[in-house]
Amino acid sequence: MHPLKKNRPLRRIVLASAVTASGLVLLLALKPHTTPAIAVAPAPASSNSGTGSGGSSTTGTKTVTGDTAQTQWGPVQVKITVKSGKLTDVTVLQSPSENPRDQEINSYALPELKSEALAAQSASIDTVSGATYTSDGYRQSLQSALDSAGL
Amino acid sequence: MADTVTDPAAAPAELRHAEEVMGTVFSFDIRGGEPEAVRTALEQAVAQLHRVNEVFSTYRDDSQVSRLARGDLTLAECDADVAEVLELGAEAERVSAGWFSTTYEGQLDPTGIVKGWAAERAAELIAAADGVSGVSVNGGGDVQMFGTPGPHRPWRVGVSDPLRPGGLAAVISAAGVDELAVATSGTAERGAHIVDPSTGKSAVTDLVAVTVVAPRLTWADCWATAAFAMGSREGLAWLESLPDVEALLITAGDEVRCTGGLAARLG
Repeated sequence: MHPLKKNRPLRRIVLASAVTASGLVLLLALKPHTTPAIAVAPAPASSNSGTGSGGSSTTGTKTVTGDTAQTQWGPVQVKITVKSGKLTDVTVLQSPSENPRDQEINSYALPELKSEALAAQSASIDTVSGATYTSDGYRQSLQSALDSAGL
Repeated sequence: MADTVTDPAAAPAELRHAEEVMGTVFSFDIRGGEPEAVRTALEQAVAQLHRVNEVFSTYRDDSQVSRLARGDLTLAECDADVAEVLELGAEAERVSAGWFSTTYEGQLDPTGIVKGWAAERAAELIAAADGVSGVSVNGGGDVQMFGTPGPHRPWRVGVSDPLRPGGLAAVISAAGVDELAVATSGTAERGAHIVDPSTGKSAVTDLVAVTVVAPRLTWADCWATAAFAMGSREGLAWLESLPDVEALLITAGDEVRCTGGLAARLG
């Protein structure tokens, strides 16, 4: 397990502004992965609210609203739009904004996460190879986002 | 959860599954196939991974490998898989001149080969199910692919950029081949004890990651581990000498070095 994760929350949130797809993962990790389940796709193109569940249609547009995740910095909730099997938009519905520092971080971190998540998606990859992750690391990996979004 | 029936001319049905096992997560992505056969194959593959973990784990005192290492069990008393993996490990050790090894500090430790071998075997089992047109099994960052994910589209694998977490250093495409594996060894590597065979001590490397592209994951995984330990100079030269192997090496100084034929695999 990565020691930074629990011991240095501030470092992590700052890192989040610099990372690319793991930002997407941070957002998509709203779906708990504690009980990995079999997902069948393609699902019918539809609006799917509140479940955070994945599955994409190869045609048509679908939006998925993630469950609100209670992070140590406050609630985070996003909505993603999938068009013809591709991630086309990430909208942050809720993010921590209780103090000026939160707002400052959000003002640069969230747009960055969005553009970089989209950039990673534009590569149209099916899976990711990298140094072996732990089960814990998986939850924040791009692979986990690919698995849950079914993109 | 209902099965989705799709027009056969359209993209094949997809079945995805993530399984926590061997201290990591195995991600399955299966395209096409007769739904019942696919489900059965997936269940078998998952059960097999858990069995492999039980038999091979060096973290469990009661695993066959732990008992074999202590001398409480003979090789003949172990599952046939143990002898198979040890044989493969011995071959990897020969080919890599000892840079890859299934012994660590004098103890039997096949951890470095088991995960890749298990993921390859899981993908093979699923690929053999009725009508499956493509399968990708990712064992904690090392991937075995067979077939294609859809008509006119190859599997595409992003290679994590070790120096820019979340970013990609390259995209590898399986275009034109029916089987391809991509394995990455890095500084964050778990399970592989990387030792310099000439000193017997921890290898000193200038690399932060080695990604190996080869038809089968068992070897791709072993070669990535060995080349990582060798360092960029010796590692690259050695990988170039192996048939059907391409690679991408990233140094701590953020230099990217590739084998001559890698360009043909970049997507």
